[in-house]
Amino acid sequence: MANESMGALEKALTDKKNSGRKLLVPYINAGFGNWVEAIHAVIDAGADAVEVGIPFSDPIMDGPIIQEASQKALEAGVTPAGILSDLRRSSFEVPLAVMTYYNIVHHAGHDRFAKELAECGVAGSIIPDLQLDEAGEWMKSARENGIDNVMLAAPSTSPERLRRLADNSHGFVYGVGLMGVTGVRNSLAESASEIARRLKEYTSKPVLVGVGVSTADQAIQVSRIADGVIVGSALVRRLLAGGGPQGAFDFMSEFRKALDDK
Amino acid sequence: MSIMGAPSASGRFGEYGGRFVPESLIPACFKLEEAFTQAWADQEFTNEYHRILTEYGGRPTPVTELRRLSEQLGIRVLLKREDLAHTGSHKINNVIGQALLTKRMGKTRMIAETGAGQHGVATATAAALLGLDCVIYMGEVDVARQALNVFRMKLLGASVVSVTSGSRTLKDAINEAMREWVASVESTHYCIGSVMGPHPYPFMVREFQRIIGDEAVVQAGEILDGGVPDYVVACVGGGSNAAGTFAGFVDTPAKLVGVEPEGGAAITHGIPGVVHGMRSNLLQDDVGQVLEAYSISAGLDYPGVGPEHSYLSSIGRAAYATANDAEVLNALQILSRLEGIIPALEPAHAMAYVMREAGKAIPLGSTVLVTMSGRGDKDAELVARILGETS
Ligand SMILES: Cc1ncc(COP(=O)(O)O)c(C=O)c1O
Repeated sequence: MANESMGALEKALTDKKNSGRKLLVPYINAGFGNWVEAIHAVIDAGADAVEVGIPFSDPIMDGPIIQEASQKALEAGVTPAGILSDLRRSSFEVPLAVMTYYNIVHHAGHDRFAKELAECGVAGSIIPDLQLDEAGEWMKSARENGIDNVMLAAPSTSPERLRRLADNSHGFVYGVGLMGVTGVRNSLAESASEIARRLKEYTSKPVLVGVGVSTADQAIQVSRIADGVIVGSALVRRLLAGGGPQGAFDFMSEFRKALDDK
Repeated sequence: MSIMGAPSASGRFGEYGGRFVPESLIPACFKLEEAFTQAWADQEFTNEYHRILTEYGGRPTPVTELRRLSEQLGIRVLLKREDLAHTGSHKINNVIGQALLTKRMGKTRMIAETGAGQHGVATATAAALLGLDCVIYMGEVDVARQALNVFRMKLLGASVVSVTSGSRTLKDAINEAMREWVASVESTHYCIGSVMGPHPYPFMVREFQRIIGDEAVVQAGEILDGGVPDYVVACVGGGSNAAGTFAGFVDTPAKLVGVEPEGGAAITHGIPGVVHGMRSNLLQDDVGQVLEAYSISAGLDYPGVGPEHSYLSSIGRAAYATANDAEVLNALQILSRLEGIIPALEPAHAMAYVMREAGKAIPLGSTVLVTMSGRGDKDAELVARILGETS
């Protein structure tokens, strides 16, 4: 039964999805500002899981906003181990997934990194520069330690690959909403609903769309097909502007309300 | 089969290489691999590549015997003169190949990163020649220290984007070019300037640069009565002039030496890591953040290195050494005065190694072929400033 092998991230999201709820997954840069409080704030606002970014020196999938927050975190001297121990000290009502780049995992070693994540209560991983063909070793270590590794699917991905990606993705399937890097966009790209539609042909796992989902209206729009959204740059922009945990709470509350009301 | 043959299906040279890029770029990597493989086996394509490099690029470049320097060092030094190729460096070999491929794939635009500006100038040149749009990404620090090349690129019709993120040098220019490529991959080819990046780039760029080594092995044979040099030496930034040179000699008895800058020596001081699409040696801190490289030459200011060099080092087929800024400046002046050849700072690293090691690691009486990957005009202003301050 698929359920037996489900990790905590996939189980939580699948249960909520099955209850008819649209899923909201905010992205918070670890190590920047009151980031642990910000995680609690977005959970209070109704997040179903939180994506926690461990900063990397060369974030090629990120646009200027997340780059700036990462850079500030690195300048403040944060390390992956420091971030994970901060997470261990707190408890969260929804699952957390870390987002980072592969060299951080590679440097630590697959098994060691997966164990550390598990020990610190992290349920998932998202590594945008580790595509399916290179991900075998990490997926094995993650699996053995109960970490759901989420695969990303892009608008350019072929149908055959889309099916394999969906099969190998755990936790949820991440539909990249447009051809581009993270950032705030004024309107929702057509490719956002399209990638959700295509993915849903192949999988019953939760399909979430991220990259370029910047407003509550856009979230409603894409969630007509997708099971929910990931909100990164638009939220981080508020934190960079000094909004703090309260600003994050207010902003995510708008999304929660919009997704629940529609 | 050659030691420098094709990589595995997953783009591996031994355990190095691969394809560590966002999913969005995967179809473009596959398409490029297919287009390159077909083109490189298609005589019409290779004829066109060779025709342009001959009629337009100034190939074959000569091999010059450095008689005065040889006498002084007690070894016989031959120089492969990529400084005499059009645009002043070996970069033209690669960009003509990639520009032709861009057209073959039906794309209309090229983007590229550049450090010293040589690859940017070469890409802008090829784009002008073949009627392609061209945007060059260059770190803000490099824009300042290679002002002449920025102007050349603009004159050639390219736009130059000054990159202000991270260390504002070559590695950040690559990051920005990759981000832009993710957004424009339908119409745009990313013309990577060295034997780095995701598969097929390290392989493809080496193949476009192997003309250096393929010519040199014949030319050296003529000078050496059918022999091969005892040593073949080239500087290593990403490693394209070295890989292209080594490809011609790897299956001969010649010892191969790559020379890295002391402050950017990925093979000498780095450990395996993953950045810019590839697994290779990388300068990184104790948690895996990529370190900034430092060297006097913008073209070698790179914390990584092409994966095939990590492989050649791991199997012991090539050795890697370093040269520091002072040795490089000294070598640049000696070569200028003794031979009338002003080298770029990058190949001055290779010369510095040879001058330092003649009679030591390189026994007296040896024959050494060095690749002069580019001419020194672009660095003249910087060198003048430094020498003015220090002499
Ligand atoms: C003249 C010259 N030589 C060497 C290099 C380093 O590149 P590679 O190691 O790929 O040959 C550069 C790069 O800009 C260059 O301009």
